[in-house]
Amino acid sequence: MRRRILEISQTVSALHIAPAFSCLEIVETIYSSLMRHKNETSHPDTFILSKGHGSMAQYAMLEEMGVLSAEEMLKYCKPGGILGTHPDYGIPGIEAATGSLGHGLGIAVGMALADKGMGLNRTVYVVMSDGELQEGSVWEVMLLAPTLGLKNIVAVVDLNDFQSLGRTSEIHPNFYPVVDKVRAFGWEAAAVDGHNRQEIYDAVKSRSGAAPLMVVAKTTKGKGVSYMENVPIWHYRSPNPDEYRLALSELEEK
Amino acid sequence: MRDTFARTLYQVACQQPNVYIVVADISPAGSMAQFRQEFPDRFVNVGVAEQSMIGICAGLALRGCKAFAYTISTFAIYRPFEQVRVDLCYQNLPVTVVGIGGGVSYSTLGGTHHAQEDIAVIGSIPNMSILAPCDPQETEAATWACAAHNGPVYLRLGKAGEPDLTSGAPEPFEFRKIRKIRNGSGACIISYGPIMKMALETAARMESELGGNVAVYSAHTLKPLDREGLARIMSSHNTVVIIEEHSERAGLAAQAKQVGWDYGVRTKLHTFSLKDEFIHLYGPNADLLAAHGLSADAIFKAVARD
Repeated sequence: MRRRILEISQTVSALHIAPAFSCLEIVETIYSSLMRHKNETSHPDTFILSKGHGSMAQYAMLEEMGVLSAEEMLKYCKPGGILGTHPDYGIPGIEAATGSLGHGLGIAVGMALADKGMGLNRTVYVVMSDGELQEGSVWEVMLLAPTLGLKNIVAVVDLNDFQSLGRTSEIHPNFYPVVDKVRAFGWEAAAVDGHNRQEIYDAVKSRSGAAPLMVVAKTTKGKGVSYMENVPIWHYRSPNPDEYRLALSELEEK
Repeated sequence: MRDTFARTLYQVACQQPNVYIVVADISPAGSMAQFRQEFPDRFVNVGVAEQSMIGICAGLALRGCKAFAYTISTFAIYRPFEQVRVDLCYQNLPVTVVGIGGGVSYSTLGGTHHAQEDIAVIGSIPNMSILAPCDPQETEAATWACAAHNGPVYLRLGKAGEPDLTSGAPEPFEFRKIRKIRNGSGACIISYGPIMKMALETAARMESELGGNVAVYSAHTLKPLDREGLARIMSSHNTVVIIEEHSERAGLAAQAKQVGWDYGVRTKLHTFSLKDEFIHLYGPNADLLAAHGLSADAIFKAVARD
């Protein structure tokens, strides 16, 4: 999927490539190994990419699943296409409009509340960024979700340690250790390597189920392409043709 | 109004098992006791956390539920403005945001609790509808209209104890349609919300001191505004008076002037709105309104002078 995202990057000048690369294994594990889909149940699980700027990871996944067409992918951010920089409600496979940070978890709590009211066994998966956890709205619902007895929420934080103006750990050193704060709000928490599919899978599968779960996934921004890893400019830029070839060859070596 | 709203919402919830109310810990929510008692799973108090109130309503709506968010107007829309804009309006979800204390009805609580520019602010978001009933009867009808509406609504209510103003109205309440609540053919007054009481007092005084029959209309649906109805009414009365408990910016008065221009209406138009000011006055609602230039006496004198 990294290769596919690189291909699309050559059709536009900017595409938030590094934020998509950092959460790719998280998105893939949730969709491929954890979620129950339409063909398995009448009430499928839900996926919300609360860090909407990582949309390319979700679009590439939805393309692999056949929900989005290759044709649509090539019309990314172009007139006549349906895919923009941020996931838009109403697009196939997109269940909430995101792009403004700190909205996804509140929506997930509302969904989980409705599911609980209807007696449905349904899980809402939310992928968030570490910078996003600086939004107060996140902690409002963090405090509330366990009180409402909502157990079917699995949130994964893409802890890539970067935000627009620098390292998250330098801007907010008191944010760490994250898992302690999550537990203090009544959630079950687990720390994993966010590029290790097995660790992500095991953390979700081994949860007790007594409370909502937040998986704190340590990741590398721009993961997979050496010159992009932890270099802020790749938050937004697309590679030029030479950089593109270099990135492809690095991915092929792996 | 808030008691009527609570009673009506309970009736709605009895009929519709997917109706939820999400409140943000304010004391008027006490009027919801019956709802809370009988449907504890559909009554959610998020605490002092308005952003989550709106986000949760959006999530409920995305699962096919009808959600009502409920708190004081200022906290219902200003604090979680972006959640209202993105979660509700951008996604066009059937959620009603109920604001208690529209205008300056919390007249002893100060500017932090005054929703005096709420219609201007919330009305500028695409997809949002606005309902502002004038009395308990209209509140009941408006609540049912919100439950039936397939998009976001801001329901602007007063407080408690508002008198019945419309049970003898010649026309019924209909969502989107400006409504005649008092017959007359000469001058007319158009208003909405609890300040309608002042409009009716002004109409009675105009009739007794200036003669003629003064019609009164309730423009309860501020968005989408009944532009054709408004233009027709303004064209068929030689004097039109608009009274509103809202800023002069982008409320009914400002919109009526736009409609008048667009439809080529030629009539004498007097508008009375809240000033574009924070007024630091604590006391009865009537005193604060008077400080904004709004009293039946002041309005009558201004109209009579002309």
